[in-house]
Amino acid sequence: MTPVKLDLSPLRRAAAWHWAEYAFWLLPLVAYFVFPKNLALLSQIAITALFCLSLDLILGYAGIVSLGHAAFFGLGAYAAGLMAKYGWGDPLLGLAGAALAAAAAGFLTSFLVLRGADLTRLMVTLGVSMMLYEAANKLTDFTGGVDGLQGVDIQPVLGMFSFDLYGKTAYWYSVAVLFLMFWVARRLVHSPFGLSLRGIRQNVGRMPAIGAPVNARLVAAYTIGAAYAGVAGALLTQTTQFVSLDVMAFSRSAELLLILVLGGTGSLYGALIGTMVFMAAHHFLSDINPQYWQFWLGAALVLIVLFARDGIMGLLRKLSAPARTPS
Amino acid sequence: MQLTKILSAGALALATAAFAITAAQAAEPLKIGLVLPMTGPFAAYGKQIEHGVKLYLEKNGDTIAGRKVQLIVKDDAPGTAGDVSKRLAQELVVKDNVDILAGFGLTPSAFAVAPVATEAKKPMIVMNAATSAVTTKSNYIVRTSMTLPQITAPVASWAAKNGIKTVFTVVADYGPGHDSEGQFKKTFTAAGGTIAGEVRVPVRNPDFAPYLQKVKDTKPDAVFLFVPAGEAGIAFMKGFQERGLAAAGIKLIATGDLTDEDVLDAIGDPSLGVINSFHYAEAHKSPENQTYVAAYAKAYPKDRPNFMSVGGYDGMHLIAEVLKKTGGDASGDKFIEAAKGMKWMSPRGPVSIDPATRDIVQTVYIRKVTKVGGKLQNVEFDQVNDFKDPGKQ
Repeated sequence: MTPVKLDLSPLRRAAAWHWAEYAFWLLPLVAYFVFPKNLALLSQIAITALFCLSLDLILGYAGIVSLGHAAFFGLGAYAAGLMAKYGWGDPLLGLAGAALAAAAAGFLTSFLVLRGADLTRLMVTLGVSMMLYEAANKLTDFTGGVDGLQGVDIQPVLGMFSFDLYGKTAYWYSVAVLFLMFWVARRLVHSPFGLSLRGIRQNVGRMPAIGAPVNARLVAAYTIGAAYAGVAGALLTQTTQFVSLDVMAFSRSAELLLILVLGGTGSLYGALIGTMVFMAAHHFLSDINPQYWQFWLGAALVLIVLFARDGIMGLLRKLSAPARTPS
Repeated sequence: MQLTKILSAGALALATAAFAITAAQAAEPLKIGLVLPMTGPFAAYGKQIEHGVKLYLEKNGDTIAGRKVQLIVKDDAPGTAGDVSKRLAQELVVKDNVDILAGFGLTPSAFAVAPVATEAKKPMIVMNAATSAVTTKSNYIVRTSMTLPQITAPVASWAAKNGIKTVFTVVADYGPGHDSEGQFKKTFTAAGGTIAGEVRVPVRNPDFAPYLQKVKDTKPDAVFLFVPAGEAGIAFMKGFQERGLAAAGIKLIATGDLTDEDVLDAIGDPSLGVINSFHYAEAHKSPENQTYVAAYAKAYPKDRPNFMSVGGYDGMHLIAEVLKKTGGDASGDKFIEAAKGMKWMSPRGPVSIDPATRDIVQTVYIRKVTKVGGKLQNVEFDQVNDFKDPGKQ
């Protein structure tokens, strides 16, 4: 048997960094100098972007629809918060602990999620997150219940940079973690593993025929997505030094799905850009009108969906390559 | 004596400069950052508190100690997400340079912002959040609303003194519910009462039928109810009437947030006869309250004034009086020192700030829901004067 020669150059091209991506990652640096007084908001954008990235991994790549992703975010948030409360206040240790806790929960619940198709998955993910929410609410002595977890004492990052009122440390810390996690995710989706996920999303029936274990791949993807969400939750805990029960709320899951659809699924950058646009619009509109801003946000979302079908990323792709993809 | 002359001239110049600086400072606007839930499930909280704050400024002018008041309202919806509240408070301090942080509809938001107040040394006026421990989280916090134990204990003592020997407690299964249950049991049993039974019901959409049956079978003298104001309270009160518990002679006692004026019309007649303890009623008889209710009705004809609006009104009153005392200086330490022990006549009655805990001391009234001129009102018939938060003792 002579090995079959495959032309992998299109895949290699896709895996290589585009110049626009380098430009994109200069944005956090620019933002730091342009908006030095908005660092608290900017760090929350970075954290939500990481959270959204985790949903993109499972929805945009593995094709698992979830309405309960905040469960893992919340688990990570509580894990990091409780660790800090009981003396393990090192931020990086907290991130690791949160990732492990969320990954374990993701692994266990992934088997439930595998049992059904899209609508059932919505229900199962929603159900799991509601159970965890109620559990956190019940365990008042442990989690603080609706009043929130207090006494979260976070040590300085790397023992040098303590979290300050201006949010400088919080900002650089969140951006650094986001970039590293993004870099790993980017490697992942361009690896054979990531390609097999895409294959599963496009045609589940075919994948076993070429030797890809569908269920194992989905379990792995769901677990990784959960771990990512857990890290995002831990970041939120560490930068705000407080955990409220709201981290597990349904509204957080729903809003996240909205952000991802707004940005565009299955491109990683869609998750990041969607978060930036959504949170900036939210901030800007609610500052102008704290009472009725939701109306304008809703209107903006409807317009984007009408004129940019695949989210903002879809629009950008269309604008950047009109000649190559005539539609 | 050339030297003395030079020195005194220098001192004079310095004093003039210092005076000029103070004057310039006094002329600067007074920025107050209000962190409130303006949208989402707790939008009514933000609305009422904002009404109270604005009503005070309308009535007393928006210049305090020579400084023009500038309100910056931030929506921290859903109100229960500490991270959102904290970020907004950070922004108010860092970007908008506010002098005072105020508002805070719910406990998580007050808890999350407390470290910001401590670090920035800004006075933080809590206008609603009612968990007892809130004021212990920063030395810069002053509260002008109430605490949960403060409004729970009086109805328990009242019940024990008025022939109610056995009580069945029904509370929502979340932090405030547990706190309220604990305080009620403590006060009621200390006064010689017996707890006939206790249940914790789910916070959202509970089905009260089985609980009501259980209560009916136990035949207590009264039921103590604590659930979040709104749907759950309405459902319980309706069931209480329909299943004949009221007819069986069982009394319904509660904390006054259950029948506050903002929800009272929505509950309607099933609320009649509920006995509760609280610090403010629209029907409170005093000249201060009459003026307040009239001004409120004129400014916001669609809404009824409730305890949250008074929390905002009194918060603004406290800010104004403290600044008059400090000559417009809103720096954290001076503000808090001046606020300690402050006394005034609020629409709810006489109130003061406890110098030890920076929490509010006020009269708590026992009321009964009655129809007054076709309108449901909490009519006061008993009171506990100058009542401190029992949660901190």
